[in-house]
Amino acid sequence: MSGGVDSSAAALLLREQGWKVVGVTLHLYDNETAGLEPGRTCCSLDDVEDARRTCWRLDCPHYTLNRKDLFLREVIAPFVTTYEEGRTPNPCIDCNRSVKFPALYQTMETLGGSVIATGHYAQVERSGDRYLLKKGKDAAKDQSYMLYTLTQTQLAHTVFPLGGLTKDEVRALAQERGLTSAAKPDSQDICFVPDGDYASFLQRHTGRTPEPGPFVDPEGQVLGTHRGQLCYTIGQRRGLGVSAPHRLYVCDKDPAANTVTLAEESHLYRRELDAVRLNLTALERLDQPLRLNAKIRYHHREQPAWVEQTGPDSVHVTFDQPQRAVAPGQSLVLYDGDYVVGGGVIV
Amino acid sequence: MIYFDNAATTSVSKTALEAMLPCLTENYGNPSSLHLMGQESNQALDEARLTVAKCLNARPDEIYFTSGGSEADNWAITQLAELGAKKGKKHLISTTFEHHAVLHTLKRLEKAGYEVTYLDVHEDGLVRPEELKAAIRPDTALVTIMYANNEIGTIQPITELGAICHEKGVLFHTDAVQAVGHLPIDVKAQNIDLLSLSGHKFHGPKGVGALYCRRGVRLTNFIEGGAQERNRRAGTENMPGICGMAAALQEAVDHMEENAQRVASYRDQLIEGLSKIPCSRLNGDAKQRLPGNVNMCFEGIEGESLLLRLDLAGICASSGSACTSGSLDPSHVLLAIGLPKEVAHGSLRLSLDEVNTQEEVDYTLQQVPQVVALLRDMSPVWEQMQKDGRA
Repeated sequence: MSGGVDSSAAALLLREQGWKVVGVTLHLYDNETAGLEPGRTCCSLDDVEDARRTCWRLDCPHYTLNRKDLFLREVIAPFVTTYEEGRTPNPCIDCNRSVKFPALYQTMETLGGSVIATGHYAQVERSGDRYLLKKGKDAAKDQSYMLYTLTQTQLAHTVFPLGGLTKDEVRALAQERGLTSAAKPDSQDICFVPDGDYASFLQRHTGRTPEPGPFVDPEGQVLGTHRGQLCYTIGQRRGLGVSAPHRLYVCDKDPAANTVTLAEESHLYRRELDAVRLNLTALERLDQPLRLNAKIRYHHREQPAWVEQTGPDSVHVTFDQPQRAVAPGQSLVLYDGDYVVGGGVIV
Repeated sequence: MIYFDNAATTSVSKTALEAMLPCLTENYGNPSSLHLMGQESNQALDEARLTVAKCLNARPDEIYFTSGGSEADNWAITQLAELGAKKGKKHLISTTFEHHAVLHTLKRLEKAGYEVTYLDVHEDGLVRPEELKAAIRPDTALVTIMYANNEIGTIQPITELGAICHEKGVLFHTDAVQAVGHLPIDVKAQNIDLLSLSGHKFHGPKGVGALYCRRGVRLTNFIEGGAQERNRRAGTENMPGICGMAAALQEAVDHMEENAQRVASYRDQLIEGLSKIPCSRLNGDAKQRLPGNVNMCFEGIEGESLLLRLDLAGICASSGSACTSGSLDPSHVLLAIGLPKEVAHGSLRLSLDEVNTQEEVDYTLQQVPQVVALLRDMSPVWEQMQKDGRA
C-alpha cells in the first residue's frame, strides 16, 4: 500500500468482499535519497501514514517493511548504471520485478496468506494451467505494461481488485466511503525522483558531475556541446541549445565516446528491435513468428508487428511501420488483444 | 494477547493510576499558585520528588522532573558538554550501543566540534572498565554509559565505571531508563553524578521522567520561562504524570526482589527453551542481564517475519529499534556486539515483567519453535545452510 487512492480503494474493496486483509507498505528509500529535506519525517513516505490510517479504518493490521537495501540494489543502482551506459531505465518495472512483488509474495507466505493484492489497473485470468495478465478495464489507466515481469507463480497468487474499474469509479468509491486518500493527486514521477530532475539525482547519488561532450550529426560532424550524455533522452528536441536549419532530435548516444547524436526526426524511426530478459506470460515459448501488438514505452500506442523468439531469453520484433524513438533500456511488451503475451528489455 | 514488549513500554499499574486520578479531578491546582488548591498540588509534587529521590538514594533537590528519558538524556549531555567546553574540555566518552537519545545527541555535539570516544561493548555487550580508564583524557568533560541496554539487556559495571570517573575527576552520567524500577540503584554508592529515568518503563505513565543531578554539578536551565524545577525547566508540572511515576517507582522498589526473581525465572525458562532451537543464539551476556530481557537470533530467518507471525499468534514482541514508519532497521546494538548486518536484522526481543504469567511463557515456548520451523521451511537461506552442512 503506497497510501494513495488506488491501493487504499483496493484494500477497501477486498474488505467489502469479505477478505481478511493485511496492509503492507514497503519502506524503500529515505528522504535524503530522494533529495528531500531529511528532517521532515524519518521516512520518505508521509504516505505510510495514509496507508496506516486506511488500514485502521478498515480494521486491518498494517505493517511497514524495510526494503531499502533491496531497493537500492535492485532499482536505484541499475537506474544509475543504465543512464551512465547511455540507455533509458524503467525503474517501476525493475521495482515490480525485483522488489515489490517478491517482497509481497514473501510476506504473503510468511503470514500464511493466500493472495497478494495491489491497486494496479490490470487483471489476472486463469486459462487452463496458465495465468494470464490482462489489461485493466480503464484503457487510459491500464498498467499491464508495468507488470509484464510477473511470473506464473506470482500471477497465480495475485489479484487486482481495481482491474475492472475506471479511475473515476475508483475515485468516486473512495470519496463515497470517505477514504482520506480520495483526493490525492496521482503520482507522476519516479517515486525516488519526486521533482523529476533525474540528472540532479544521478549527480547527487554518484557524486559525479556529468561530463560535457560534443553533439554530433550522424556523419560525426560536431554541432555543439552537450551537458553530459545522461542528461538527454532519445527523441528529445527541447533544451538542446543547438541552432540548425531543421529541427534536431536526440537520436543516439555513445557513452564511451561521450557523444550525443542529433538528427532530423526521420532518423528516429526504427522498424526492428531486439529485446532480452524475456518473460512470457500467455505461453511457454513462441514456437513460430507471431503477429502481435507491441508497446515500446508506457505511453506508446501499441503497434502491429511480427515477433520471433530468438533465444530462451530474447525476441526479435519487426514492426509493420517504423517506430519513433525506440529507447534501449525501456521495456517491450507484447499484446494479443487485451492479453499480455510477454515482454523484455529493449537492447 | 500476550505482551512481551515491556522494554518498549509497560501498562500503568493500579497504584500509579490511583495516584494520578486525583490530579486530574479534584486536586488539579497549579503547584505554583499561592492559594490552598495550588499548595495541595505543590505538596503532592514535593512528596513525589521525595519518593523518587529516596528510591535512588538521592536528595529531593537533586531530582528534576522531565517529559521522559530522552529529554533527561538530551539535557544532561548537552548541558554538561557546554559546561565542559567553557573549561576547554571538549571530549566526551560513551559507548556504541547507547539509546538514540544519547547517540544522536552526541552526533550533534560532534558536528559542533566536540570529540567523542565510543567504547567497544564487546561480544557480550559489556563495557570493560580498564578501557574506560584508558580513554579518559585531561580534556574529557563527561562520560555517559547506559546502565542496562534496552535491546540485549546487559547490565554495565556502573559502580566501577563511576569510581574510575571520580578518580579521574570526570562527571559520570548514566541512562538508566531500562534499569530504574528493576534493579537496585544507589546513586551515591555507585558514584553516579547524573542519571536519566523514564516513568513508563516501570508501570508509570508515559510522558514523564526525571533527571537526577548530584548537588554541586552545575546544571544550566533547559527551558526558560518559569520557576519550576528550581528555575531549570520551566513549564507547569505534569502532575498526574509525576505522581503516577512516583507511586509506580515506590511500588517497583518495594517489590523489586520478588518481581526480579519471578521475572528472571520466566526469562531463564524462555532462554533455555528457545536455545533448544537449532542454530539459535542468545545475544548479550547471560548473567549480567536485566531480569526481563530475552534477545535471541535464529539463523536462516528474518526477525521481521518472526515478529509478523508472532503478532498474528497474539504475541507482542520486538526486534531492533523501529523508526516512526514502523519499519525495522538493522539494530545498532547488535552491530555493536559484532553481529553481521544480515543477522542484525533478525533478532527477537521478548521483554517480560511481573504482570506476565507462566501460561504466557508456556504458550510462547510452544509457539516460537513452531513459527521458526515454519519460516525455515520456506527460507532459501536455511535451505542453503542445510546443503552446506551448517544447519
